[in-house]
Amino acid sequence: MKAQNRRNAALAALVIGAALIAIGYVVGLPPVVFVGALFTAGCAALLQGEHRSLTIVAGMLTATALLPVIVLIQPFSTFSSQNLWIDGFSIAGIFVLLALGLNIVVGLSGLLDLGYAAFYAIGSYTFAFAASSFTGLDFPFWPMLIAGAISAAVFGILLGAPTLRLRGDYLAIVTLGFGEIVPIVILNSSKYTLGPNGIGGISRPEIFGFEFPIQNPWPFYLAMVGIVTITMILIYRLQDSRLGRAWMAIREDELAAASSGVNTVTTKLLAFALGASTAGLAGVFAASKLSVVTPNLFRFDVSFTVLAMVVLGGMGNIWGVAIGAFVLYTIQSVILKQLNQFFAAADVPFLSSIDFIEYQFLLYGIALVAMMLLRPEGLFPSIRRKRELHVDDAGEGPTTTADAMGAAPQ
Amino acid sequence: MTTQQPPPPAESSAQPLESDAVDPFASADLEPEAIAEVGPGVKDELPAQPGDERLLMRVVACTKRFGGLVAVRDMDLRIPEGAIVSLIGPNGAGKTTFFNIVAGLTDPTAGVVEFRGRRMIARPLRTWIEPILWVLPALLAVAVGLALGAPASGELGLAITTLVALGLLIVMLLLAIVRPDWYQRRLVRLGIFRSARPNDMVVAGIGRTFQNIRLFQNMTAIENVLVGMHAKLHSNMLDSLLSTPRQRREEERAAARATELLALVGLPGREHVVARNLPYGDQRRLELARALAGDPVLLLLDEPTAGMNPRETAEMTALISRLRTELGLTVLLIEHDMRVVMGISDRITVIDHGEWLAEGTPEQVRTDPRVIEAYLGSPAA
Amino acid sequence: MSSVATSAPAAPSANPILALRRAGPFFFVLALAALVYALIGPQQFANALTIGAIYALIALGYTMVYGIIALINFAHGEIFMVGAFVSLFFLGEQLGQTGPVRDLPVLLVLVIAAFLVTMVVVGLLGVLIERFAYRPLRNAPRLAPLITAIGISFILQNVVQIIYGPSPVNTPQIIAPTERFGLLGASIGYVNLFVLAAAVVLMVLLQLFVNRTRLGRAMRSTAQDREAAQLMGVDINRTIAATFFIGSALAGAAGVVYGLYFGNISFVIGFQAGLKAFTAAVLGGIGNITGAALGGFIIGFVEVTAAATGYFVWAQALVFTTLILVLVFRPAGLLGQQLGERA
Repeated sequence: MKAQNRRNAALAALVIGAALIAIGYVVGLPPVVFVGALFTAGCAALLQGEHRSLTIVAGMLTATALLPVIVLIQPFSTFSSQNLWIDGFSIAGIFVLLALGLNIVVGLSGLLDLGYAAFYAIGSYTFAFAASSFTGLDFPFWPMLIAGAISAAVFGILLGAPTLRLRGDYLAIVTLGFGEIVPIVILNSSKYTLGPNGIGGISRPEIFGFEFPIQNPWPFYLAMVGIVTITMILIYRLQDSRLGRAWMAIREDELAAASSGVNTVTTKLLAFALGASTAGLAGVFAASKLSVVTPNLFRFDVSFTVLAMVVLGGMGNIWGVAIGAFVLYTIQSVILKQLNQFFAAADVPFLSSIDFIEYQFLLYGIALVAMMLLRPEGLFPSIRRKRELHVDDAGEGPTTTADAMGAAPQ
Repeated sequence: MTTQQPPPPAESSAQPLESDAVDPFASADLEPEAIAEVGPGVKDELPAQPGDERLLMRVVACTKRFGGLVAVRDMDLRIPEGAIVSLIGPNGAGKTTFFNIVAGLTDPTAGVVEFRGRRMIARPLRTWIEPILWVLPALLAVAVGLALGAPASGELGLAITTLVALGLLIVMLLLAIVRPDWYQRRLVRLGIFRSARPNDMVVAGIGRTFQNIRLFQNMTAIENVLVGMHAKLHSNMLDSLLSTPRQRREEERAAARATELLALVGLPGREHVVARNLPYGDQRRLELARALAGDPVLLLLDEPTAGMNPRETAEMTALISRLRTELGLTVLLIEHDMRVVMGISDRITVIDHGEWLAEGTPEQVRTDPRVIEAYLGSPAA
Repeated sequence: MSSVATSAPAAPSANPILALRRAGPFFFVLALAALVYALIGPQQFANALTIGAIYALIALGYTMVYGIIALINFAHGEIFMVGAFVSLFFLGEQLGQTGPVRDLPVLLVLVIAAFLVTMVVVGLLGVLIERFAYRPLRNAPRLAPLITAIGISFILQNVVQIIYGPSPVNTPQIIAPTERFGLLGASIGYVNLFVLAAAVVLMVLLQLFVNRTRLGRAMRSTAQDREAAQLMGVDINRTIAATFFIGSALAGAAGVVYGLYFGNISFVIGFQAGLKAFTAAVLGGIGNITGAALGGFIIGFVEVTAAATGYFVWAQALVFTTLILVLVFRPAGLLGQQLGERA
């Protein structure tokens, strides 16, 4: 039983790695952490594609252990302190969650959701209502994580039900409108939402009666890692299940899917609702992390940024999307700022006068167009998506006509 | 699941269907029981009455208009169990439109489709009741709130009433969207009838293929078949999220069955080939396997030999007759190739300009002067 | 499926019921107009018509492009915005206009020149976008051109923002907004009249073009069935490019009148206007030119009524709710054909 041996080896590597990482952090010896991470990475490599959940755990453990150590090295350590970095990583985690959720809708099922930030807002405000000094309520964080996901999903279903019966493009425009409306409604219902000022004083999570401290970013970081890991495992399981196949079938040819026995409306609705609920989850976490929510946090640029993350990361590939979101967020929040400072300090003639942060969306726009034209499968494509998007390479099958999803049977 | 499971014998012809002259609408309006049997997902296994002609599907007075154009006019069709029935007619005669109606893909303007004694497609009935159901609980809540004097008790009472009403409204709308079985049955009991959608037809036992192959081109052969099995699998979202043993067992069984089906249609060992990399003839076979994956009783084949060379055509024809005997299938076939039709069919229905022209055994049809005039007037291709 | 169908009768049938059904939407709009008029009075009604005309002009481009290649051109709203800025560039920066021009012949020349320049420039922009961003993706999965369109719209928005800055910019109102005339007890600006007239003239020209010219026929046949049109010798690429040119030019014209009417523009106007104009196109039946025009006016009515009755902040939410309601109850829009497919 070779597979059995390999699996045992992988498990051993995982345990040893985790132990080394823990020791490394407790003693404060980065090299030990590094060696531990090597073991967990080895575990992920050994399992590649066989035991998904364990692979994800090992992969995430590697990343979690390495990131705080890497930022101690030059040049990262010059940008900001380790604590600030870790704080940034937990916010990056929010975007990873958002991208993972949008990936269900856009990547796995091929529906375009342009108002994704609305569900993020709904999750955030759900927690803001449930646990803040504004309402005086104080529901605990962990159950509210689920409640926020559910409330976002309910809105997703109510919005999706009328539109998902129609052609795919309508969904794009309706979600675009929804994404525009939700912040407006929040802004203008000052009586309930405090309008532009937003709701502050939102509670932080507790574990065993111990509340996450403000100064120490580690608890939020670790909680975020846990949530992302679980979400990824769940999404992988969905993708490989009967439901995931149905999503894929709908993406390929909706009519044929219906004629094969897939209830297209419910299936699309599930994708939409699950995407929304992931955003709700991210929203609850964000509200708790930032401790204040304002309508400005949920504007169209968030939807767009997340879409860019999904497209650039590789639609349909869960790891690709997660890495894409993380990298893009880091570039956006750290590197662009650093570029500004760097060029300003170096006094380069043309470049120092440019504010790179202002150009962020221009860059995203260019990246999206270039990506679609040159490398539509994204930076980290899923194998399937790659096949799909390079139609001409494999000779034009009878697909091309059927691919226009709206193609009516004669 | 190691052996071929022949689908359960269709113990059908529930309603006496002996009279063709029965007005479909009249029967729909007058027989509440008949309606109660209708509705996707409601099983209906009435004992077969010996001696009856066992009809699997009956189409009565089916008409489809596109704007001013009548694609199908007053079509009747009877498919006896176990038969291979062909639908032929010149190009543009409305064959595919008719086919799409029968498969639940296109709504007919008028007419009824019955399958195994159940009314599947007909004029919708009392659909206006449903929206009332959605708002009723919310309205009741408001009424109760008002009766209890909510406005008098200040803002809190009003807020509670509003929240309860909104909650009820949302719950009802969610129900309407998700449509669990019991909700569906409740609707049927209220006399609401909606035509079956394509996926309901698959659940009822109808599988189909398309004239211009519509495979999931970027999925592997086995994945295509597994999608065809979708309606037969029962693990829900929670099962897959938790990866329960039930779900894993089901997946294993499904994969085994899919492998069998692929072997049955002549694609052994091609499980992991991406559909669009299969040669043309094999794509047709794969589509057939996908249609069979739903364990159909009736197979609708839209020109299964289109674009095939004579050898492939012969193989496909042989496969179809073999499937009929091995799986006990009934087949409705649209075909251009007269040799295929004449060789394989038990009954042939001829359609021209969207209208029923003739019906009979291949021999009868071949010699029917009307058919010769309309269709064979220019010698058969 | 959807086609660039004009309301020109498909068959010269004398069937009174059919004729009535065809006239139904128009009666609906008239009744709505009467209701709105009663609600908000002549002054605001004139505003509603003016704003409706602007939306109608933008909606035409959406509907034409959708009709011919079944793509929601997300960048269309931004094309309108670019049109407003091109007009500002031409009138304000090149010709140095800052305020009202009282001399009628000069005004006429200026206005016509502004229209021509803007429409040509923006039309070419539309053709360029089609050529380099959409055409390579014509056979790609549906999601690809949609995402590209969003990318393009962000590029346009940000380029304009970089050039003109994020805050609103004043545009020369060469038709004096203070010049007014009395009508039904209200004082109505000549500029309102002008916007409405310009929109109507452009729409009539478009109808004539689509119905009477060779290229218009090519557009209609391509919309009906691209492959068949190609077989009949229609140059598909040229026809699609022409559609983009005309649609974008109309959005450019809308940009010109927007600047003239409101007096200030910013880089964000495209997004909002685009969303509303798309709603208008869907409302009228996407792919249908007359429908888009009707839809534009309806949206104008809805928005101005909301604003005039004190619910300005909710106007957008109302427009959006209209969109959802239309999609639920009449997804094919007022003049569109009901979609036959259920899958």
